[in-house]
Amino acid sequence: MIADLGIVFGRVLFVMMFMLNLGGILTWVERKQSAIMQDRIGANRASIRIPLIGVRLRILGLLHPLADAIKMLTKEDFMPARADRFLFSLAPFVSVFFALTAFASIPFGDTLRVGDRVIPLQAVTLNVGVLYVFAMLSLGVYGVMMAGWASANNFALLGGQRSAALMISAEIAIGASIMGVVMVYGSLDLQDIVRGQGHPLFPQIFGEWIPAWGIVTQPLAFLLFLTAGIAATKRIPFDMPEGESEIIGYFVEYSGMKFGMFAMADFLETVVIAGMTTALFLGGWQVPYLQPDGFHFPWGAVATLPQVLVALLQVGAFVVKVCVMIFVMMLVRWTLPRFRYDQAMRLGWLGLFPLSILNIVLTGIALLLAGGPA
Amino acid sequence: MALVAFALIALIALGSALGLVLKRNPIHGALFLVVNLGSIAALYLTLGAEFLAAAQVIVYAGAIMVLFVFAIMVLIPGKEETGPDPRRPWRLLALPAGAILLMLLAVYVVGAPAAPSGRATSGGVEAIARLLFTDYLFPFELTSVLLLAAMVGVLLLARRRA
Repeated sequence: MIADLGIVFGRVLFVMMFMLNLGGILTWVERKQSAIMQDRIGANRASIRIPLIGVRLRILGLLHPLADAIKMLTKEDFMPARADRFLFSLAPFVSVFFALTAFASIPFGDTLRVGDRVIPLQAVTLNVGVLYVFAMLSLGVYGVMMAGWASANNFALLGGQRSAALMISAEIAIGASIMGVVMVYGSLDLQDIVRGQGHPLFPQIFGEWIPAWGIVTQPLAFLLFLTAGIAATKRIPFDMPEGESEIIGYFVEYSGMKFGMFAMADFLETVVIAGMTTALFLGGWQVPYLQPDGFHFPWGAVATLPQVLVALLQVGAFVVKVCVMIFVMMLVRWTLPRFRYDQAMRLGWLGLFPLSILNIVLTGIALLLAGGPA
Repeated sequence: MALVAFALIALIALGSALGLVLKRNPIHGALFLVVNLGSIAALYLTLGAEFLAAAQVIVYAGAIMVLFVFAIMVLIPGKEETGPDPRRPWRLLALPAGAILLMLLAVYVVGAPAAPSGRATSGGVEAIARLLFTDYLFPFELTSVLLLAAMVGVLLLARRRA
C-alpha cells in the first residue's frame, strides 16, 4: 500500500519536476539561443562570488533564471485600485495550473518492471489521454481572460479578448489535426499511440527499416499541429496577445511574481506542446529498433539489454526529443516576425482548420484503402 | 474512499451552483458555472466514464463557457448603465417554479429503477461510439443537421451585418 502510494507520488513528482525545471531553464535557453542567432554574447552577468578566493562563478549565465526569480519575488506586488482582488490574484495560478497538469497523461516511458510490479512510466494512465491534454489546454484560456477582466483596465481587457480568440482558434486546429493521428493508431490513449509508432511501416515494402512514427504517417497533421501549437503558446510569431513592448496585453497591470507566473505558463505550455508533438508524431519514448528485450536491428543483429536499461534509454529518448522540439519552436520564435492580429486569425480559421479537416478526410480514404488502422 | 471523493466533489458542485445563483456579478456567476461543470466532469471520472468527463470539460467548460464569459465581458453593461431591473417582481416566480421542479425531481428519483451497476466500466470511447453509430444513429445525424443549421444561420447573420 505504502509502496504503491510512493510509486504514484514518484511518477507525479517526476513529471512535475521535469516541467518546472525545464520551464525555468527555458528562460536561459531563450536568451542564449537568441544571442547566438543575433551574434551577441547574451546573458552572462549574474554571478555568485565564492567568499574566500574571490572568484565570480558565472557558469555561462545559468544563474540568470535564479536572479530572475529573486527579482520577481522581491518586487512590489502592485494591484490596481479598482481591480477584482480575488480574480486578479487567481488568474496567474489558473494559467500555471492548467499548463502544469496538461502534461500528466503524456507517457515518458513504456513500463518499468521492479520485482513483480509493472510501473507505467506516465503520471496518469487515462484511456482518453489525448482528450485530457486538449481539455487542460483549452481551460488555460480562463487564466488569460480573468487577468484581462480583473485588471479593471480596458487595454488589458482587450488584450485578454485578443488572446482568448487566438487561443480558441488555435485549439480548434489542434483538435482537428490530432484526429488524423487518432484515426491512424486507432486509440485516444497516448500510451497506445506511442506503442503503435513502434511497429514497422509497410513491412512488405520497407522490411523492418522505417518505424511508423506519426511524422511519417501524418506529415500534414504534424505541420498543422506544430503551427497551431506555437499559436496556442502565445509566443512569437503569434504573440499579439502579449506583444510585451509594443501592444498592451492582458498582463499589463501585473508585476512581480504574478507577472512571472504568466511568463512561466507560456514556457510550460511550450513544454506541453513539445511533449504532445513528441508523443503524437516523433514516436514518444520509442528508440528505433529497440524492443522490450533489447535492440533488434533490421539487418538481423540482436543486442539484448536488461529491462532497466531499456526503460532508461526510452525515458532518455523522450527527454531528448522534447528538448529538440522545444529548440525548434524557439528557432521559429527568433526567425519569424510577428503576425498581425487579422493575419493570425485568417491563418487559423481559413488555413489550419480547413487543412486539418482535409487531413481527416484524406486519412479516412487512406485507411479505407489500407484496410483498417495501423 | 469513493464515498469521500463523491461527497467532496458533490460539495464543490453544490457550492458553485449556489455561487452561480447568488453572485451579483455576472462574471463571477459564469466562473462559478465553469467550476460546477468541472466538478460534474470529476463525478463522471469517479464513475469510470473518462470519455464523458473529457467531453464535458472540452465542450462545456472549454468551449461554450468561454464564449459565455467572452460575451459577458464585452456585451453585458454594468448596473450603473442599465439602472434597476424593471421586471424585479417576476423574480418571486422563482420560488413556486423551483418548488415544482424539486418535487418533480424527487418523484423521479424515488420512482426511478436502480441504476445499472455493471455499465460503469464500459464508459470508454468504443462503447459510446458503438452506441452512437448503431442504436442512436438517427438522433446523432439529426444533431449534426441541427448544428449545421446553426452554423449556416450564424453565417447569414454575420453577412448581413458586414
